[in-house]
Amino acid sequence: MSCEINVKGLVKRFGQNVVLNGIDLSLKPGERVAIIGPSGTGKSTLLRCLNFLDRPDEGRITLGDLSVDVARAGKQDILALRRRTSFVFQNYALFANKNARQNITEGLTVVRGWTREKADARAEQILAQIGLADRGDSYPAAMSGGQQQRVGIGRAMALDADLMLFDEPTSALDPEWVGEVLDLIRRIADGRQTMLIVTHEMQFAREIADRIIFMDGGRIVEQGPPDQIFGNAKDDRTRAFLRRVG
Amino acid sequence: MQGLNIAYMLDLIPVIAGYVPLTMFMAVVSMIAALVLAAILAIIRVMRIPVVDWIVAVFISFFRGTPLLVQLFLFYFGLPQIFSFLVEIDGVTAAILGLTLHFSAYMAESIRGAILGVDRSQWEAAESIGMTQIQLLRRIILPQAARTVAPTLMNYFIDIIKSTSLAFTLGVTEMMGAAQKEAAGSFLYVETFLVVAIFYWVIVEVLSVGQRWMERHLGKAVVR
Repeated sequence: MSCEINVKGLVKRFGQNVVLNGIDLSLKPGERVAIIGPSGTGKSTLLRCLNFLDRPDEGRITLGDLSVDVARAGKQDILALRRRTSFVFQNYALFANKNARQNITEGLTVVRGWTREKADARAEQILAQIGLADRGDSYPAAMSGGQQQRVGIGRAMALDADLMLFDEPTSALDPEWVGEVLDLIRRIADGRQTMLIVTHEMQFAREIADRIIFMDGGRIVEQGPPDQIFGNAKDDRTRAFLRRVG
Repeated sequence: MQGLNIAYMLDLIPVIAGYVPLTMFMAVVSMIAALVLAAILAIIRVMRIPVVDWIVAVFISFFRGTPLLVQLFLFYFGLPQIFSFLVEIDGVTAAILGLTLHFSAYMAESIRGAILGVDRSQWEAAESIGMTQIQLLRRIILPQAARTVAPTLMNYFIDIIKSTSLAFTLGVTEMMGAAQKEAAGSFLYVETFLVVAIFYWVIVEVLSVGQRWMERHLGKAVVR
């Protein structure tokens, strides 16, 4: 399930505004990478460009044997990329017309073509893992933010993707629910799932990540092991940012 | 001022009642056809399918911008002049055709609005798990849009039922046509048209009660 991931020269513009200015990025199988940096520097856009929620303008994205020139990507390329990645949204984005179980099985039955029985069995496992074994029949509107985000993560887990993308998964949560969601992500990280996580939780990033990337102004400014970035950053911008948030 | 001829009105009830099935047949067939067509039109507009999108925009504009009666006359009297095989288009068919196209234009705009009203994050979530556009519309977006648009569609159905009365201008003897004939014989216009008005009113009220019941029960599965 895991494979090498390579991003080369990724550029994204919104009109005149260059949001991603040539991002190069590689992830080894099982590597857990956290992206930090000031708001508006393209962290979320980078994640959203990797599965074409935002369409990048230039560059190449490679997942194992799948290599996509983003400028020329057609429908099939985009679907293929999306089917090998999974995405956890800041605002959970659970399917409002589906209960927790159906949110998890939807990708399995509709996209993967699994039978209902097989998908339901997988959903029960995942519901247990995310601590919601008894809430399979609950609709998103009836769940707390923390529960919704855990289902959102469960939906992504079910896809067993080469790369899991987390876009500020705790930023929209009330403080009381942050802990349970971080615990769940920590457990996924412990399973050596390849993941890219945009987060403002510095302590958490330091704990779970093999590597920290600091972004500013649409570029990767600095990257390295957590101890190096948090303890001994080389770039002034990184140090200034860490002072502000620390 | 004289009193109403109640006995005449009571006698008229079974006569008009005999035409309720034809009125409802035209209304139900038109509603179903219009709904299917409107959903297709709305999806074309939302997806902005090139060229077709433009044709649909003109279609909607025309059928919303001209009176239903004019459209019915166009179909009934006009079409046979253009297409010779349609010489025998009967009033019921022309009425159903006109009602379908006319109301599909209105419904398409309502459905489009409901589709666009579904939160952006629902599209993105469906895309992120690798659904095709058709899958995400069918499984995620349309079910949510349907819930929003259902009351509006019910109003259009009520409108369609009342609009079937225009079929009498195409020589169809439905409720209104039957009333017209009765009144022409009895000269009791007030009584006759009062009876037919009450018939429409009762039908619509029965449906409204049904609608409220449905909304209460459908509303139970929680959304948002």
